Amino acid sequence: FVNKLQYLARIDRARALTAQTAETDAIRFLVGTQSLKFDNQIHIIDFDDENNVINKSVLLHDAGEIWHISGSPADKAVLTTCYSKTSESRVLTCAAVWRMPPEWESGNHESPDDSSNNPQTLELLCHLDNTAHGSVACVLWEPMGDGKRVISLAENHVLLWDLQESSTKATISSSATLEGKGQLKFTAGKWSPHHNNTQLATANDTAIRGWDLRSMSQIYCIENAHGQLVRDLDFNPNKQYYLASCGDDCKVKFWDVRHINEPVKCLEEHSHWVWSVRYNHSHDQLLLTGSSDSRVILSNMVSISSEPFGHLVDDDELSDNEESQQEDKGKEPLQDSIIATYEEHEDSVYAVEWSAADPWLFASLSYDGRLVINRVPRALKYRILL
Amino acid sequence: RRNEINVTTKYSTTPPDSDPSQRRRVHSMLKHYYGLNEEGKVTEQAESLDPCDINGPHFDPEVYLNKLRMECSLGELMDHESCMVKQIRSLDSDMQTLVYENYNKFISATDTIRKMKNDFKKMEDEMDCLSANMAAITEFSAHISGTLQDQHAQITKLSGVHTLLRKLQFLFELPARLNKCLELQAYAQAVSAHRRARCVLQQYSHMPSFRGIQDDCHVIMEQLAQQLRQKFRDGGSSAKDLSECVELLLQLDEPAEELCDKFLSHAQSRFEADLQGLEAELKDSPVTDTGGGLVQKTNPGSNPVSPSSSSTTNPFLSPTAGTDILEFIDRGCNEFVSSLCLVIASYQELFINRPQEGELASKNIPEMANGKLHVFVDTLAARYFSLVERRIQEEKGVSDNSLLVRALDRFHRRLQAISKLLPGSAVPSQGTEIVVRAARERIKQYLSALQTFYHDSLTDVRQALAAPRQSAGGASVSGGGATSKDATPSLPELLTSLSNFILNQLKSVLASVHLFTAKDITFSNKPYFKGEFCSQGVREGLVVSFIKFICQSSRQYCESAGDRGGSTPPALLLLLSRLCLDYETSTISYILTLTDEQFLVQHHTPVTPVTALCAEAREAAQKLLNHYVKVQGLIISQMLRKSVETRDWVNTIEPRNVRAVMKRVVEDTTSIDVQVGLLYEEGVRKAHSSDSSKRTFSVYSSSRQQIRYAPSYTPSAPMDTNLLSNIHKLFSERIDIFSPVEFNKVSVLTGIIKISLKTFLECVRLRTFGRYGLQQIQVDCHYLQMYLWRFVSDENLVHFLLDEIVGSAAHRCLDPSPMEQSVIEVICERG
Repeated sequence: FVNKLQYLARIDRARALTAQTAETDAIRFLVGTQSLKFDNQIHIIDFDDENNVINKSVLLHDAGEIWHISGSPADKAVLTTCYSKTSESRVLTCAAVWRMPPEWESGNHESPDDSSNNPQTLELLCHLDNTAHGSVACVLWEPMGDGKRVISLAENHVLLWDLQESSTKATISSSATLEGKGQLKFTAGKWSPHHNNTQLATANDTAIRGWDLRSMSQIYCIENAHGQLVRDLDFNPNKQYYLASCGDDCKVKFWDVRHINEPVKCLEEHSHWVWSVRYNHSHDQLLLTGSSDSRVILSNMVSISSEPFGHLVDDDELSDNEESQQEDKGKEPLQDSIIATYEEHEDSVYAVEWSAADPWLFASLSYDGRLVINRVPRALKYRILL
Repeated sequence: RRNEINVTTKYSTTPPDSDPSQRRRVHSMLKHYYGLNEEGKVTEQAESLDPCDINGPHFDPEVYLNKLRMECSLGELMDHESCMVKQIRSLDSDMQTLVYENYNKFISATDTIRKMKNDFKKMEDEMDCLSANMAAITEFSAHISGTLQDQHAQITKLSGVHTLLRKLQFLFELPARLNKCLELQAYAQAVSAHRRARCVLQQYSHMPSFRGIQDDCHVIMEQLAQQLRQKFRDGGSSAKDLSECVELLLQLDEPAEELCDKFLSHAQSRFEADLQGLEAELKDSPVTDTGGGLVQKTNPGSNPVSPSSSSTTNPFLSPTAGTDILEFIDRGCNEFVSSLCLVIASYQELFINRPQEGELASKNIPEMANGKLHVFVDTLAARYFSLVERRIQEEKGVSDNSLLVRALDRFHRRLQAISKLLPGSAVPSQGTEIVVRAARERIKQYLSALQTFYHDSLTDVRQALAAPRQSAGGASVSGGGATSKDATPSLPELLTSLSNFILNQLKSVLASVHLFTAKDITFSNKPYFKGEFCSQGVREGLVVSFIKFICQSSRQYCESAGDRGGSTPPALLLLLSRLCLDYETSTISYILTLTDEQFLVQHHTPVTPVTALCAEAREAAQKLLNHYVKVQGLIISQMLRKSVETRDWVNTIEPRNVRAVMKRVVEDTTSIDVQVGLLYEEGVRKAHSSDSSKRTFSVYSSSRQQIRYAPSYTPSAPMDTNLLSNIHKLFSERIDIFSPVEFNKVSVLTGIIKISLKTFLECVRLRTFGRYGLQQIQVDCHYLQMYLWRFVSDENLVHFLLDEIVGSAAHRCLDPSPMEQSVIEVICERG
């Protein structure tokens, strides 16, 4: 009985991780490397659930080191990256839309270790030209969209792009600029999957802002959402007003954007900055956080999830010895709790991501290039499902 | 006979009188022998049947001798024999003495008898003469009585007529007499006269003349009763008059119930005045318009300028301004309670305790009267109590508790009089309840006063902490402890003064509260004040609550300041943490022991144990210290972060100096070190050589750095870059950045430095560096290395984090060519 499977994959230093959003059959993660000296790559990590084997393919990304990566929700071969480009001793982070060459699967699959031989190169579809706006922090695809609209956050600008001619041409359809004192800079953002994809949340410094994409105007602003910098946010996939955020104050906070004065809940489990927070796509009580204390924490936030509170376990279905021991526990409604703390990483974890295909699987990536794939403990899985 | 005398003389060498007790003994023995007891009667029962008892009546010499012979040895026999001989001899002499004495008595008796014979003969003659005289007297007497017989009967008859006439005269004069009494207001006389005549008049009312008298009397008595009632109603009379009145009315067959009511209602009116007088003294008395006018005059405290109603609206002119609670209670006691006692006493005398006679007894007056009295007293007392309670509630100031306690004591003491007068009354217990409530309220007030005091002292501390910062500016907060010490109190001084302030305040509050349980206070022996007041009230409600409050408010400093940018000065956090720690180690147990000793608390109900409080205090101290570390770490982090984020690291010039921000970091760390050192002990650090700064050179030796960075140049092996640091990590423990710290300086400083350096690391990783950017980081890190190792518990920690920073910077460098170690050293040493 294996409760937790973990697989390690070694990559070079990396920060960017995403699940291949459009891929619903294979469990696949994309990792972008960060290297100033070598050619950067995109590692495609395929996890074979049945055989518990990891397959790694490599695509060359020669534009520069990758800071952010994001897969199209419509076409699994299309992705965006934010990469830094050094020109004339000036570092600028740009964004571009890429297509994976169709033959990558057949080409490199068999010999993942040989990747250095002749990795195939990503095919550039178009640049999200940002020279006028400054460095791009991240690129967001329209959730569940047709892969034609992306948002990029560049310095203090929100840019909404239309991708035309099968993504080979990008035009700015609308934009908004955050005005204010000092040098404002977006650190993170999330496109809300609710309200017909008309809302966006961004983070800059300690504030979280909501935007209406139709009018490109701010609809709410949570000043001082965190004591220090806000690092990441994520929308609850099932509850339209709920939003989770994390930041340098080591806290994870849950917000109801209708009542922005106080967070709904606050977790303080990490012992250093929290860099990434992700709701499970189907079971929004499961929450994943990654921190620079090199830990990944999986929490069960039942009390603020869309699931009916106090879901009972049907004991007949659990025949294992372990489960029958937990019979008493199972009767009680689940409490908000930490399910597991994963300590496999030895460096700061900058990204965590749920698999798009299997809701019980997630990956975490630390700076030293270690990718760890973990499963939700089976007992909990059954308890949620049954 | 001569023989006997000789014997006597011979034996009377010791005079028999000299030892009367012995003589008596001998007498009694003889008496005994002849079977006479003290009274001279023959004793019925033989005292001892033992034939061996030599003094017993059944003594058998033969048996005795046999027994002796059988039981005793020869020597003993000899002894016995000599003893026997001695006894016989003494008996002999005693007998002779007796015989001699009796002989003397016998002779004197014979003489007396002979003398008597002569005397009797003379007497016989005189007796004969006497009897002859007596016979003559009898004859005369018979003669006289015969002559006086007729006159005697006449006199008797005459005297009977005289008394009858006197009685009749009394009756006829009765109306006039009654009238006169009425005029003179000698009601008592009139009533007693009437009572005497009433029966007779009743009996002979069928005769017209008597009837007339009776009617007259009735009219007069009616008038009299009227007057009495009037007098009774007027109420101006004294209690004594009143009671006389009542007594007379009762004798006039006035219904007792009505009288009771009247008496009580009369008393009521007077109490009304008392109560209104008291009420007028209350600040917000609503009664001013009803009876205020009258009452206001009696109140010396009222302001002549303002009329009664308007004075209540102005708090400064309120009538209570002058009267304290003791005066109020005094007045209540003297006016209300004492007159209540008086009324009760006179009432009881009138209606309850009076001797019951005749038909009055059958009406069961005492029971009825008692019931009425209870109701009356209860209602009045309830009103009085409500007034007193209102007054007590006004007592908000906690400056002087003794006044309140004395007032309460007096209040309670005076109520005891009622309980003595009226045994079944609930009034005293209600009074006790009021006292208990007042005491509870008082404890609450003291608690809140303590809390305010605590807040105020913290504000003072805050100001004291803010002062040096304003004067010293940004140069050094407390680094120059010597310079700032003179101007403003240092942290330890502030701490001791704060903790002393609090302790003294607590002690004085305890002393104040202790007054409630003083021996001479009447209510201190009530069960509440012996038990619950001490344990639940003072210990739990006051002391424990206060300690909990301190912990809680301390924790609030951590929470409120955490998100909103830390409005609390770090020094205050440190100070509070030390305060809580001191509480944990000693103060709490000291305070609680003090309380328990002062109040002799017997814990019937479960109380908060010292350990729980200590744990709470420790938790608060820990939290505060953690927060302090966090805040200080944040301040330094912020500096580092700004310095990393705002600089263009790609296009920087070749480093010539350590950046100012690093010096600032070291300076701040040093000043924090001093600050923490003022309040916390040094703590333990891992052993290191005396010259660690030198030794670190080897860690940073250029050769090693070359090894570390060299592989980065070879594009074939990207994995190797991480190898070394990974191996390093493998063997070093995981570092928790925001982890709880221990209560010592080293641990605190380690925490702060950890946070700062980790921030540095994360910021570096987000930037891209040029060649000189990396070299600048090298220089900065080396500088930090030189100064920071001494603050932390494990210098390897600093090495590791700084290594990591330089490593990350090298990795993020476009042109990683590190600076020569020697150059770095030179730059750093130059400052």
